[in-house]
Amino acid sequence: MELTIGPNQFFWSADRWTSFYDEMAQMPVDRVVLGEAVCSKRLPFFQDRIPGAIETLLAAGKEVALTSLALVTLKRERKQTAELAEMGVEVEVNDLTALAHLPGGAAFSVGPLVNVYNEGTLSWLASRGARRICLPPELPLASVATISKSAADLGVAIEVWGHGRLPLAISGRCYHARLHKRTKDNCQFACEDDPDGLEVRTLEDQPFLAMNGVQTLSDSYACAAHQIDELADASVSALRLSPQSKGFAEICRLYRQLLNGDQDADRVVAAIRHIDANIRLSDGFLIGARGVDWSGNPAHI
Amino acid sequence: MVMEIVCPAGTPAALRAAVTAGAHTVYCGFADETNARNFPGLNFDRAEMREGIKFAHAHGTKILIAINTFPRAGDEALWHRAIADAEGCGADAVILADIGLLDYGARTHPGLRRHLSVQAAAANADMLNFYADAFGVKRVVLPRVLSVPEIAAINAETEVETEVFVFGGLCVMAEGRCSLSSYATGLSPNMNGVCSPASHVEYQNERGVLNARLGGYTIHRAQKDEPAPYPTLCKGCFTTGDKTGHLFEDPVSLNAEQLIPHLQKAGVTALKIEGRQRSRSYVAQVVRNFRAAVDALEAGKPMPEGMLARLSEGQTMTTGAYKKTWR
Repeated sequence: MELTIGPNQFFWSADRWTSFYDEMAQMPVDRVVLGEAVCSKRLPFFQDRIPGAIETLLAAGKEVALTSLALVTLKRERKQTAELAEMGVEVEVNDLTALAHLPGGAAFSVGPLVNVYNEGTLSWLASRGARRICLPPELPLASVATISKSAADLGVAIEVWGHGRLPLAISGRCYHARLHKRTKDNCQFACEDDPDGLEVRTLEDQPFLAMNGVQTLSDSYACAAHQIDELADASVSALRLSPQSKGFAEICRLYRQLLNGDQDADRVVAAIRHIDANIRLSDGFLIGARGVDWSGNPAHI
Repeated sequence: MVMEIVCPAGTPAALRAAVTAGAHTVYCGFADETNARNFPGLNFDRAEMREGIKFAHAHGTKILIAINTFPRAGDEALWHRAIADAEGCGADAVILADIGLLDYGARTHPGLRRHLSVQAAAANADMLNFYADAFGVKRVVLPRVLSVPEIAAINAETEVETEVFVFGGLCVMAEGRCSLSSYATGLSPNMNGVCSPASHVEYQNERGVLNARLGGYTIHRAQKDEPAPYPTLCKGCFTTGDKTGHLFEDPVSLNAEQLIPHLQKAGVTALKIEGRQRSRSYVAQVVRNFRAAVDALEAGKPMPEGMLARLSEGQTMTTGAYKKTWR
């Protein structure tokens, strides 16, 4: 099974962004998707760094794709989306607007924010040139297996959300801005201080969600470590790791060891918890009753 | 042309009430997981749907059938059957969200008109035109993330009809792109046709304070005599740092009645009312009010004012994303 690094979901400084991808070029992963999926206002801060990062990653032998925005509404965003196809690498469609702008017959991949819930959608996308689909994180293992089986017949690679905070919702409204009593247009980049999103707790102080501008994420970090065998049996081609600010290189190495059979799931989970002792894990979308559920040992280390 | 009022009906009685009250169009769903209001005791079996459509057509009202969840892998036949039965029952159009289902409908039931559900979150003119080209979609229900000027800009660039929500429940997140509910409860709008389901709601009285929990998460507290709104996730009360409040949205509902003239100028074809779970008397009253509003507009008379406030159950009203500052 391959490893893909998904696009960074958070607002990092351009320098941090660049050094992150320099480091990722050295990681034992097969594919890197970069660019901005969450908020078009962030893109100007690191846009000029993208060609360099693409070059570095390609030189290191990685496959590279560029993500579209997840929600395209403004004229400027439509233009940005149309220009993606001109960057010379594969486009990961995370909003169908990007597909509308791709030249006919161009191969593309589909990201987790496009609703691919069944074989019908899969086969239509395949007929349009999709060669890889990262399924929505919400899908249970049974659906993953059914879609993956059809995908194999169509020559489409299926990827599953393997690690990282889950993208649960996208909105027209910026919650970071709202928190600071600002509007989205005058946000003053309130999200830049939260490199992994801002923790949102319930009234009983239970950790629950993470706020990331217009996006809402899970508090828990998805971790498919315990489902690797089932995913492999289902012919899933790749596991997606979603960037986090702490210890992500180590995360990449751990999942590589897990896929190679050099580490078992429990040790990998313990090591992930060692990176951040406060991290909460979940795999409930794949196998639990609720997305937040965790099949592993609740105690840490 | 007078703007089309599109009303919800969760039961045959509500359908008749909406038709009688003057709805131009009524939308409803089959009693299963093929529609996004899959609530116990709601929706239509096939015979009820046929009867309902006959009644509506006799009064000159159109019926749309929402088949707007995302079919479960391996079980698409259930959704395909719903499309076939919608055509068999004489529906004027189906409202679809899933790409696979749109493709199926376009290929196997080309004569059945297709509308794009709000669950597809098509939020710009490129998307509308794309759905029209790829699947022959004739109308798109716009997601609740757009301002009125943005809606006008979309209409200027497309031949596809647009329909917008004007009253009722308000999704804060882009519709069809939200799995908050399945994260907390295991059930989602996309897969199960429910959001923040009542089966997972608990109220607990603690020394005079009413805690509302969803999936075990306490997301609202009401002091004695305070209203206790239903604990919908995106309208819950949360804490971050030293701030506690409705971080995503207050427990508000949408009311854009005063924007109707602006929406008409923006080129909107139809005005949609949320609430297939609502009673027939509620539906009838909302329909009468909105019908009066569009008729007044058509006749060049002033809009009736504040007519719907009392239907909002003590909730605050908002015009949502239609005003840009909402963002």
